[in-house]
Amino acid sequence: MPEMTYVAAIAEATREEMERDESVYLMGEDIRQSVYGASAGLVDLFGEDRVIDTPLSESGFFGAAIGSSLVGQRPIVETVTSFFWVGMDQMISQASKMRYMFGGQATLPVTWRARMFYARGAAAHHSDRNYPVFMNCPGIKIICPTNPYDAKGLLKTAVRDNDPCILFEDGIAISSRGEVPANEDLPNGELLVPFGEARIVREGTDVTVVGVAGGVAHAEAAADVMAQEGVSVEVIDPRTLVPLDKKTILKSVEKTGRLVIADPAHKVCSAASEIASIVAEEGFWSLQAPIMKVASEQVNIPYSPALEPLVYPTPERVVAAIRETLS
Amino acid sequence: MPPDRDTLMLMLERMYRIRLFEETVIEIHSTGELQGPAHPYIGEEAVAVGACAALRDTDYIAGNHRSHGHPIAKGGDLKRALAELLGKQGGYCHGKGGSMHLADFSVGILGESGIVASSVPIATGAALASKQQGKDFVSLVFFGDGASNQGACHESMNLASLWNLPVIFLCENNQYAITTSYKNSVSVDHVSDRAPAYNMPGVLVDGQDAIAVYEAVTVAVQRARAGEGPTLIEALTYRFEDHSLGLDRIRKSAYRSEEEVEEWRKRDPLDIHEEALISTGVATREECDAMKSDVVVLVAEALEFARESPYPEPSDLFEDMWADPIPAP
Repeated sequence: MPEMTYVAAIAEATREEMERDESVYLMGEDIRQSVYGASAGLVDLFGEDRVIDTPLSESGFFGAAIGSSLVGQRPIVETVTSFFWVGMDQMISQASKMRYMFGGQATLPVTWRARMFYARGAAAHHSDRNYPVFMNCPGIKIICPTNPYDAKGLLKTAVRDNDPCILFEDGIAISSRGEVPANEDLPNGELLVPFGEARIVREGTDVTVVGVAGGVAHAEAAADVMAQEGVSVEVIDPRTLVPLDKKTILKSVEKTGRLVIADPAHKVCSAASEIASIVAEEGFWSLQAPIMKVASEQVNIPYSPALEPLVYPTPERVVAAIRETLS
Repeated sequence: MPPDRDTLMLMLERMYRIRLFEETVIEIHSTGELQGPAHPYIGEEAVAVGACAALRDTDYIAGNHRSHGHPIAKGGDLKRALAELLGKQGGYCHGKGGSMHLADFSVGILGESGIVASSVPIATGAALASKQQGKDFVSLVFFGDGASNQGACHESMNLASLWNLPVIFLCENNQYAITTSYKNSVSVDHVSDRAPAYNMPGVLVDGQDAIAVYEAVTVAVQRARAGEGPTLIEALTYRFEDHSLGLDRIRKSAYRSEEEVEEWRKRDPLDIHEEALISTGVATREECDAMKSDVVVLVAEALEFARESPYPEPSDLFEDMWADPIPAP
C-alpha cells in the first residue's frame, strides 16, 4: 500500500473533492502559496474563484463561508486553531446555532480545517488545542484525525456532510507518514471514513488507553513500554469527538476494567473529562481502578523549552498513569 | 426611476402588514400572552418595504434582532410569523427561534441574527456564492447604526469590495443602539460616509420615504447585478417605540426627549407613502382604507392561526439539530 504524509493526504482529499463537486471551494489565508502545505498546486488546477486567498479577517471570511454554504456552496476553510478565537462569533452564534434556531430551515455544509500547533515553541497565542470548547457547543461535528489514512477519509466525509464540521489537524501528527490505499484498490473507488466510529489502534486486555488527537501517539508509545513488562494495553482512537463512539470505549473498559485517557487539551473540561464522565456514569461497575486523565496542565503555554514540555501529556506520563491504575 | 403602480400599492400593503402586525404584538405582549423580548419595527417600515420591493424573489436578505419587518416585507407568511412569536410548532422556526430570529427561508431569508452585525458576513457569503455559481441573484443585509461599529461589518465591506460581490449593505440608522445615540458612537457624521474607505458608493437616503429607499436600492441592485460590486446605503429612520418590549426600565431613562420622539412621529412612513400615492393619483384615500381593512383581517386571521397552532412536543426538543443526524451524547 502506498505511503504518504498527513499533509499530502489532506491535499489529496481536497483535490479529489474539488474535482468531484464544483460547489466545493477552499478559502483561507495564504493558501495559494500553500504556507501550511496542504493546498499546494490547487490554484493551478481549480483557479482563483475556487482557491481564495483572504484578507486577515476571520469574522468576515468565516461568515462568508457560512453564508455561501446556505445557498449551495461547500466551502473548506483553512485556518489555525488559535485564529478560531478571532472568528468565534461566526462559528458559534451562526454556524453552530443557525440550523436549530431556524427550525431546520438552514443547511450549512461548511468545513473548517485548522492546523493545531503546539509543543514547538510557539507560545500561548499559537498553541491552542481548543476542540473541547467546541464540544461544549451543540451543532458542530468535531474531527481529530491522527494519521494520513484517517486525515484523508475523514476530510472527504466532512466535505460531504451537510453540517458544520471542524477538522483539527494535530501539529505533531502532521508530518507523520502512513499507508493510504490507492483509490483503484478500494471497493468503492474512494476512501471515506465514517464519523462516530472509533478505531481500535491495538487490542489489549489489561488497560484501555483512549488517545485524543496527538494523545494517540503517546498511548501507542506507552503501550510499547508496558508490553515489555507483560502488560497488554488496548489503544483506542475515537477519531471524531462529535459524534463520539462511546460504545467502543465502554466495551473496551468492560473488558479491561481500567481506563487512562491521553489528551493534549487543557485538563479542565477537556475531551478526556467528557470521556471520563461517560465511563464513570455508564461503565462504573466495569472499573477496577479510578480513571486516570493525562491532559495538559491548566496553565497557559509557555515559550521556554525548559517549561513547555512540562505542560503536555508524554508517553512517560501515560506509562505512569497506566502503572497507577494497575497498582 | 419611480416604482410602477403595482409596486407602489404592494409597498403600501406590506407597510400596513408590518404596522398592524407590530401593533398586535404590542397588544399581546401587554396582556402577557407573548413572552420574552420583542423589538418593534414601528417607524422603520419604509426601509424594509422599500428595499424588498427593489429585490426579486430569488434575491436573499439577512437581518437582525429587530426582525419582524424584514420577513413581512419580503413576503413572508403572517400566520407562521405570529405562530413563531408565540413559540408554536406552526412558526417559521417551529418555535425554536422566536422574536429575534423571525426568518422565513422560503422567501429568501438567510437568517435574522440576535448578535448585531453577525449577519453581515453571511450576506456577503451569499453574494460570493452568486458570483461563484455564475448566477445573478444579489443579497442585501439590514443592520443598525450600532452594528455598523462591529468589526464583522467593516471586514465584510472590505471583502465585498475587494471581491466585487453583489451585496447591498443597508444600514437602518434608527439613531439609537438601545440608548446610545449614533452621534456618540459613530466617528463620522453618517455611516454612509465610510463607503469611500471601502471603495464603494455610499448613499444617504430618507428612511421614512419608502419610494426614496426603493430608488436607492434599485440603483444598488442594478450595479450589483451588472457585476459592479457592493453599495453601502444608510437609511436615516427612527424607531417610534422603545428598544424592546419588556425592557420597561429603559423607558424611564432620558436618552431621548419626548419632543424628539414627537417630531419623528410626524414623519410616519405610512402617512408619507399614503400621501405620495394619493397626491399623485395612484390611489384614493378610500382605496388605502380598504386595503388597510383587508390587512386588519389578515392579521386577525394570523393571530387566530397562531393561537390555535400547537406547542412543540417535548420530543421536538432534539429535532432540527442536524442535517445529517448523529446520536445524542
